[in-house]
Amino acid sequence: MDDFSSLMTGFQVALSWHNVGFMVIGVVLGIIVGVLPGLGGPNGVAILLPLTFGMDPTSAIILLSSIYWGALFGGAITSILFNIPGEAWSVATTFDGYPMAVQGKAAEALTAAFTASFIGALSGVILITFVAPLVASFALRFGPAEFFAVFLLTFCSFIGMGRENRAKILASLCIGFLLAAVGLDSISGDLRMTFGSTELMRGFDFLVVVIGLFGVSEILLTVEEGLVFKGKQAKIDLKVVLRTWAGLPRYWATLLRSAIVGMWMGVTPGGAIAASFMGYGLAKRFSRQPDSFGKGNIEGVLAPETAAHAAGTSALLPMLALGIPGSATAAVLLGGLLVWGLQPGPLLFVEQKQFVWGLIASMYLGNLAGLVIVLATVPLFAAIMRIPFSYVAPVILIVCAIGAYTISNSIFDIWLMLGFGLVGYVFKKLDYPLAPLVLALVLGDRAEDSFRQALLGSGGSLKVFAANGLVTTLVGLALLLLLWGPVMDGVGALRRRGQPVAAKAAE
Amino acid sequence: MSGASDSQVSHSQIPRGLSRRPVEITTALLLIALGLLVLYDSYGRGAGWDNGPQNGFFPARVGWIFLAASLFILVQSFRTENRVFVTYEQLGQVARVFAPLVLFVALVQPLGLYVAAGIFIIVFMSIVATSRWWAIGLTAVLVPLACFWVFELQFRVPLPKGPLEALLGY
Repeated sequence: MDDFSSLMTGFQVALSWHNVGFMVIGVVLGIIVGVLPGLGGPNGVAILLPLTFGMDPTSAIILLSSIYWGALFGGAITSILFNIPGEAWSVATTFDGYPMAVQGKAAEALTAAFTASFIGALSGVILITFVAPLVASFALRFGPAEFFAVFLLTFCSFIGMGRENRAKILASLCIGFLLAAVGLDSISGDLRMTFGSTELMRGFDFLVVVIGLFGVSEILLTVEEGLVFKGKQAKIDLKVVLRTWAGLPRYWATLLRSAIVGMWMGVTPGGAIAASFMGYGLAKRFSRQPDSFGKGNIEGVLAPETAAHAAGTSALLPMLALGIPGSATAAVLLGGLLVWGLQPGPLLFVEQKQFVWGLIASMYLGNLAGLVIVLATVPLFAAIMRIPFSYVAPVILIVCAIGAYTISNSIFDIWLMLGFGLVGYVFKKLDYPLAPLVLALVLGDRAEDSFRQALLGSGGSLKVFAANGLVTTLVGLALLLLLWGPVMDGVGALRRRGQPVAAKAAE
Repeated sequence: MSGASDSQVSHSQIPRGLSRRPVEITTALLLIALGLLVLYDSYGRGAGWDNGPQNGFFPARVGWIFLAASLFILVQSFRTENRVFVTYEQLGQVARVFAPLVLFVALVQPLGLYVAAGIFIIVFMSIVATSRWWAIGLTAVLVPLACFWVFELQFRVPLPKGPLEALLGY
């Protein structure tokens, strides 16, 4: 077991004093970020990324991934106590979590949610531990054409599996690609789409775009709904935690089912949201009392949380093994790797063993630390939500502006952030998905490079994408995923032809 | 958000505001314009084959797909349900945050980030008008000071500074 000893070395790296310190800081910051409106996972990581430029990459990614775990935990607090889903995948948690809080069972709901998150995340990490090295060693054989096919697979599955309007997903992806193309072209050295502007020569930094799209726009949306939050009180004591834990083994089937669904969907990009709804739906279908769902059934909290976190964690698998992120936050972390001078992709497992296994070990420890911290400090974080929004909003916006500025010490970037804030506001209101845009922006240059190299190798013939079994399979799979959604829609439409009005309303 | 109950509510209250269809159409038109701009620029630099793909090759192809998607969205947008999209009241709320924010960003260059942040807090909190004046003043002083301590002294990240900081010797 070569990997096992690597993992043990990883634990040694992750357990050093300052790395444990970073883990705790990261988790606490992450929970704050997850609780506050306007500071989700991707945005929180993006703001803090510039501060880690000078740090050792292993410590830096431990800090940032801990923020990710913290944000995942924090999302559950707002869903259950305030009925406000912090992230899209917490939506299903509100269905039963908030009713439980209304019935005075907030502590049980929170304990269940956190524990379920932990179980989900743990299953995701175990998947990464055993599968990621295999995928990476397999991907070592990939050439440019194969890599482009994997990129294609990623983008096609976004379009095919997405819940939004497909034309809008496609448009969002394209905008990401085009923004990535602005500025200096790395192959020819020419300037592209700058229209004579010197500010645009550097191109659009994805961090600025993320802060604008996810941070500023979220504040604008929150303000629209009014400036006060009304929440339920919660205090967790050890007795409630132990009692809830004692009841958990009864739900092992639900937990297992959700974890598997989550792991499966997480590896597919954009899967966490779908996974949480699927987990919820499955739990309801298999339950003995399906009518109790939506009225405060603890299974309705366990199922989506396990699935969402298994998916959110598994999303890091393709990022580590292939250099292709499965979620917006994973995309930001990937951008971080590039900044720290690490080339993401299969070679990472060969050349940066210490970094990779340190990160994987920190995933185990970070989630454990997260569980303990979040159980101990819920009242504190619930109190943050009671600070009037007129205090919180300007501080968040100032922090966003500082984050945008520090990326490359440019005031122009703050203006860009403002612009993307408006774009994000309009896009969110019109149901344009933002995650594909960020993903395409991060991957744009590398997807383009592999596309051009593949075509250079073949002299411009598209046949290179059907040249051998591997690449043909990947491209075929991509097309299958692309067409899967529309075909399923068509089948559904045929089946529902009898009651078209009801079907429309359900969407 | 079931359509039936929503439209009943809007019939009884009729909240005034922007409706969804014009916003959808305008956005789609903007996207189309963006797509055309990309194609113009890419073909202007060469999007063909010259011992390999030219530098406009990839953006041009993405541009065509983008144009097709935006045209499709435009066609769809004419069929969207024309409900109220944002009420004017909501737009007003958004403007009350966005206007001070623009002022803040505009002031960063001449005054430095810290002073601009203080002014931003004062303006924003006065507009929202839910706090007492001393609470506003205290926040406007403490938040920039905290930022200064964290970024300038702890992380040693230089942020834009203006005349006030120069006066104090930073």
